[in-house]
Amino acid sequence: MRLAALPAVVGHSITPVAAAVVDRELGQPWGFRVTGWAVAALLAMALPGNVGAAEVPPAEKELTPASVGQLRLAFTFRTHHPGPATQAPLADGKTLFLLTPFPHTLYALDLATPDATVRWRYTPEADGTARGRSCCGEGQGGMSLEGGRLYVNTLDGRTLALDAANGAPAWEVRTADPSSGESLASAPLPAGGKLLLGNAGDRFGVRGWIAALDAGTGRRLWRLHSTGEDAEVGIGAGFRPLYPGDDRADRGVASWPPSAWQQGGGGVSGPILWDAGSGLVFHGTGHPAPLVPDQRQGDNRWTSGLFARELETGRARWFDPLNSHDLYGLGATASSLLLDRDWRGAPRRLLVHPDANGHVYVLDRGTGEILSAEPFVPVNATAGVDLATGALRRDESKAVRRGRMTRDICPASPGAVTGASAFLPETGLLYIPSRRLCMDMEARNANYIRGTGFTGANLRLRPADGEGQGALVGWDLEAGRPAWTVPERFPLSGGVLATGGLVVYGTLDGVLKALDARSGAVLWQFQAASGILSRPVAFRGPDGHAQLAVLAGSGDGPEAEIDRRDASAEDGMGNVLRDLPRSPDPGVTLYMFRLP
Amino acid sequence: MRVIPAALLLPLILAGCKREARETRLDPPVAEALGGVRVMANGISGQPPMVNAAQGEPYRNNAYQLAQGKRLYEWFNCQGCHADGGGASGPALMNGWWRYGPDAVSIFVTLRDGRPNGMPSFRDRLTTEQMWQLTGYLQNLGATVAATAAPSRNDAMQTRPAENRAPAMGALPVSPDR
Ligand code: HEC
Repeated sequence: MRLAALPAVVGHSITPVAAAVVDRELGQPWGFRVTGWAVAALLAMALPGNVGAAEVPPAEKELTPASVGQLRLAFTFRTHHPGPATQAPLADGKTLFLLTPFPHTLYALDLATPDATVRWRYTPEADGTARGRSCCGEGQGGMSLEGGRLYVNTLDGRTLALDAANGAPAWEVRTADPSSGESLASAPLPAGGKLLLGNAGDRFGVRGWIAALDAGTGRRLWRLHSTGEDAEVGIGAGFRPLYPGDDRADRGVASWPPSAWQQGGGGVSGPILWDAGSGLVFHGTGHPAPLVPDQRQGDNRWTSGLFARELETGRARWFDPLNSHDLYGLGATASSLLLDRDWRGAPRRLLVHPDANGHVYVLDRGTGEILSAEPFVPVNATAGVDLATGALRRDESKAVRRGRMTRDICPASPGAVTGASAFLPETGLLYIPSRRLCMDMEARNANYIRGTGFTGANLRLRPADGEGQGALVGWDLEAGRPAWTVPERFPLSGGVLATGGLVVYGTLDGVLKALDARSGAVLWQFQAASGILSRPVAFRGPDGHAQLAVLAGSGDGPEAEIDRRDASAEDGMGNVLRDLPRSPDPGVTLYMFRLP
Repeated sequence: MRVIPAALLLPLILAGCKREARETRLDPPVAEALGGVRVMANGISGQPPMVNAAQGEPYRNNAYQLAQGKRLYEWFNCQGCHADGGGASGPALMNGWWRYGPDAVSIFVTLRDGRPNGMPSFRDRLTTEQMWQLTGYLQNLGATVAATAAPSRNDAMQTRPAENRAPAMGALPVSPDR
């Protein structure tokens, strides 16, 4: 079902009509129906050119704190897909691309038509068994657009390239093996004729890797792992060890009990970044497997840290072990930002990384040197970061031992941030979608059985002290502390969009919010019919008007079959989401907003 | 060695309780017969092996067998995908809502052969008897009436109401609207 808000033409004046009419006849209280859309469509077609664009003063076409209040729902596009929608839509001016959760369908919507007709759709072949492998708030594949091509990673381990104009497949390769619990969680990154991607599967004891494919053919150029011998990790002459011990050979084997590195996790499940200027790519590695630390004594290199690699060969340049011997299943795959700006008085090429462990890391991305690491949520498992060694100052009372329960560990797995943060140069603020959660963790024995969870821990999450299970943190980068925070009832999961003085994000209970980027004041909000796990996107439509789109769909429909009486359900989230209202319409739906 | 006091105590213990019969090692023919399920063509429901009924449904009613099922549930990483029954990447097993039917044969076949949307087959990892122990345990977990024989406590973290007092289904999930 679609909803179209079309300009109702009365003489020469144009009045925008948001046709959000509640559809009672169909018995769906939250469903939308178009009233009189056929008439409006006919009128729109009869009018030459684009009437709306001509009548609106240019300033109002921008999305700003001043204009955001006039945002109107233009239409919705329902896919009927029940799963969790984690991938943000992509827009290239005339077309909007949208990828549903697994089993995926890819839609190309024509933005030039008032209610966005489907230009083409493509459904990749799907291996249904992968559905049981997607885990703990990780993404469900992803897509990116470059040079007229769409590149897609599917949850079940396929990477494909399609012609963005008509959906014709160019190539498809198998890159991950779902039978072992391996999947693809995020979008592939086009970088200088290559396509970079990494695997997910830390909870299944999958050994992490990052690979580069030839973007033209899909042929694999290199693949390097997060554990194992130096040659397989890409550690050699160009590697500059930053911290004591990391100059020794084969740390990816020696910092593990015998052969444990083979099921050691460290997946590259988050976004990968490319710095064209220096030819380096940056990525985090996931947590080590299993969760129970006694079964993997040692530093567990090269999991739960940040890598810089050369794009051409994949060879490692530096590595920052953010969570050495990660005790809490955090990993370092949360998305980072590359910023070129003054830092404490001198221009620097920075990498800013809000980590699952609750600290914002500011690094020099050329050398990997940590310049600052300050907490943005309540943290009690550690008492700060030693900048010289990168080591966390751990609190012994929060140690995790097999057969014992450790209570109130903050932050909780999978971490204090999972969605992408955003930055605005004009405010100097970093906007972090944070999760204010703690956990009780009980470590058990873990048996490796291929294709099943290799965890060895019971987790039970709970809200941290203070207001809300989540917060949008407006983080003053230079000062290393929050300028303001907007508490949220539920943990934030999706990413943040920062544009033109606005910060836009969605919540698990389906509210899309726009804040003033300076003050954090809520300027506009909209209630969607399902939770929002993906990042909103803003772009200029073919008519020159600013548009805002968000894909809602939290996957909490009946198909999910989660019983939240079990505190450990959904990796411990069951305990904190008990009050989360069920979505009235869990199907994945695109909401499209326009300025009049 | 304190053989003598123990030997003296033994008759007392034996006299003091009527123990539930516990079959710790199966007769080979019984083990063999346990595999004899006849499944409907769609892989859901069918006829359980005769020996089950002949032995008085031990996997459904016997506290020892149920406790074994609970241990296997942890040992074979069912938790990784189903949590303690509340579900994660796999569906909840304690809500009384079954995709493939609530009866023993459906659950047994799920474990033996796997299911298309990501339930692995445990045919090569569990013995037939172990699959029955798990089946009985899950039937109790997802049962609408509490069973006194079901386990009442966890060795591990208590994450949900205990099996013996957790009738499934506060409310049935609404069925999808299409
Ligand atoms: C890799 C993840 C995974 C593991 C490990 C796993 N399961 Fe499953 N299980 C699933 C998924 C996914 C489904 C849903 C399958 C479908 O719908 O086709 C499922 C379905 C089931 C069902 C059927 C539920 C119903 O509603 O009919 C049962 C019973 C079950 N699993 C029991 C177990 C037991 C017992 C174990 C441990 C021996 C186990 N599972 C291990 C993922 C898993």
